[in-house]
Amino acid sequence: MEEYTLLRQFADSWMLLALFAFFVGVIIWVFRPGSSKTYGDTANIPFRHQDKPATHKEARQ
Amino acid sequence: MSNYIKLIVLGLIALFAAMGINYARDVAYMVHAVIVLLVSGGLFIWTLRNTGEPDILTDRSGEYMDGVVRYGVIATAFWGVVGFLAGTFIAFQLAFPGLNFEWAQGYANFGRLRPLHTSAVIFAFGGNALLATSFYVVQRTSAARLWGGNLAWFVFWGYQLFIVLAATGYLLGGTQSKEYAEPEWYVDLWLTVVWVAYLAVFLGTIIKRKEPHIYVANWFYLSFIVTVAMLHVVNNMTIPVSIWGSKSVIVWPGVQDAMVQWWYGHNAVGFFLTAGFLGMMYYFIPKQAERPVFSYKLSIIHFWALIFIYIWAGPHHLHYTALPDWASTLGMVFSVVLWMPSWGGMINGLMTLSGAWDKLRTDPIIRMMVISVGFYGMSTFEGPMMSIRAVNSLSHYTDWTIGHVHSGALGWNGMITFGALYFLVPVLWKRDRLYSLKLVNVHFWLATIGIVLYAASMWVTGIMEGLMWREVDANGFLVNSFADTVAAKFPMYVVRGLGGVMFLAGAVIMCYNLWMTVRKAPAKEASLSVAVPAE
Repeated sequence: MEEYTLLRQFADSWMLLALFAFFVGVIIWVFRPGSSKTYGDTANIPFRHQDKPATHKEARQ
Repeated sequence: MSNYIKLIVLGLIALFAAMGINYARDVAYMVHAVIVLLVSGGLFIWTLRNTGEPDILTDRSGEYMDGVVRYGVIATAFWGVVGFLAGTFIAFQLAFPGLNFEWAQGYANFGRLRPLHTSAVIFAFGGNALLATSFYVVQRTSAARLWGGNLAWFVFWGYQLFIVLAATGYLLGGTQSKEYAEPEWYVDLWLTVVWVAYLAVFLGTIIKRKEPHIYVANWFYLSFIVTVAMLHVVNNMTIPVSIWGSKSVIVWPGVQDAMVQWWYGHNAVGFFLTAGFLGMMYYFIPKQAERPVFSYKLSIIHFWALIFIYIWAGPHHLHYTALPDWASTLGMVFSVVLWMPSWGGMINGLMTLSGAWDKLRTDPIIRMMVISVGFYGMSTFEGPMMSIRAVNSLSHYTDWTIGHVHSGALGWNGMITFGALYFLVPVLWKRDRLYSLKLVNVHFWLATIGIVLYAASMWVTGIMEGLMWREVDANGFLVNSFADTVAAKFPMYVVRGLGGVMFLAGAVIMCYNLWMTVRKAPAKEASLSVAVPAE
């Protein structure tokens, strides 16, 4: 089988499925239980550490 | 020790450039060799004078690296005015061909100035805005100083050198004639080096972040940096005819070259002008509105949907060409699907203001950001519509395309950048507030009315032109000659030029306002300035 046909078949089947599955997985992951609390914290990142970097004490709780 | 390595490298570059001046096969290459010789020679002397001086090591890990952001802000404002000026001038060149002066033929005629305008606004204005804001945002949202020390300065100055080489090359004819990728092979190679350094600084800062999560703005910035690297390398696969000349030959043949070019071209819009600027939206709108983004979950879905779909939309630039139908249909379908994530992002940006809509009345900066998201929504509706094959048969090659591009570029990219600059200058120069909110308001209305004039006149002239081109009489003969359409477009071209003048005037007012903010606005009170020593 020539290279083009081979790649084209792969792109049309398994790769398409893999990308689609990844995308659906992302959506399910986003709505996992407990995500609202995590994202609420993440969404507030812009309102912290505006003037200077975090020190080691406050690093990654 | 590192200074000696620097001296050797700079000396070799200067020597090579000097040989380049001698052996140059074309004038663009020779002028570029002169520029490179001056830059590397100057850096050589500067490094030499600092060699042997005692190293003063100060621990700056406790503060953000804002010097490079300040320079980026200045460069953004400067290149913005240059780019808008070039655009306004070529708009009048189209209306009044006499402005293609006889004495400047071959240097400052429309064909030479047009790529200068597009690259100045996209890569110089937009690119510096992205550099400055990404360096600002990644530090704040990672709670960490920029990684790599002076590498960020290399990225900034290296990028300015790229801009100067690209711009001078266009005027002198050093172009590979690929839209938005005109610079020739050695300029492309230089940009690749700068871009890898940019990725290293950005990624290094994310890796050493103190926040457990990566804020969504950084996801958008990172996808912009990575994708532009990939696009740039693939679309510029050229073989130079000689290392002493600017001419090169692309490795892609025929229709593949066209497809690679528009895969690049459309994703330059999708990742440079959209993903990167969405990073700005997701940081500066919440900051200015003083409330977190409307839905963080939506922002994650927005991100993945946008990057998964945008990358396939390029073929819609090649309807009715030698490109196979299935490929252009694929591009069309993905362009239409793209409407959804685009509007998801628009809703997320606009709804961030829910509960604070009164700010629209009192804060001209938030108004600027909101209208920019509004223009984003409008042009991401118009774009999918124009990508449909039947619509494209009318709109393609007409000024409708130009109008579409400008409602996105002036409206979305321009306005969000202006908003970010108005936010950043008081913060970076530690001023209590902007010099004048009234002038921001004037800028807002000048820019908005300018865009409306621009877009409306281009809709009218574009659709008129498309209809005139396809008009046939009872015997099936074309009714209009090409020159008929050119004559019919004159009034709209003048209106478009006036829109450009208003937009340019707004940007000049912004520069004055920002300048006076640094010079005259009251400094932030001592109690408020929380230990951010100047660098």
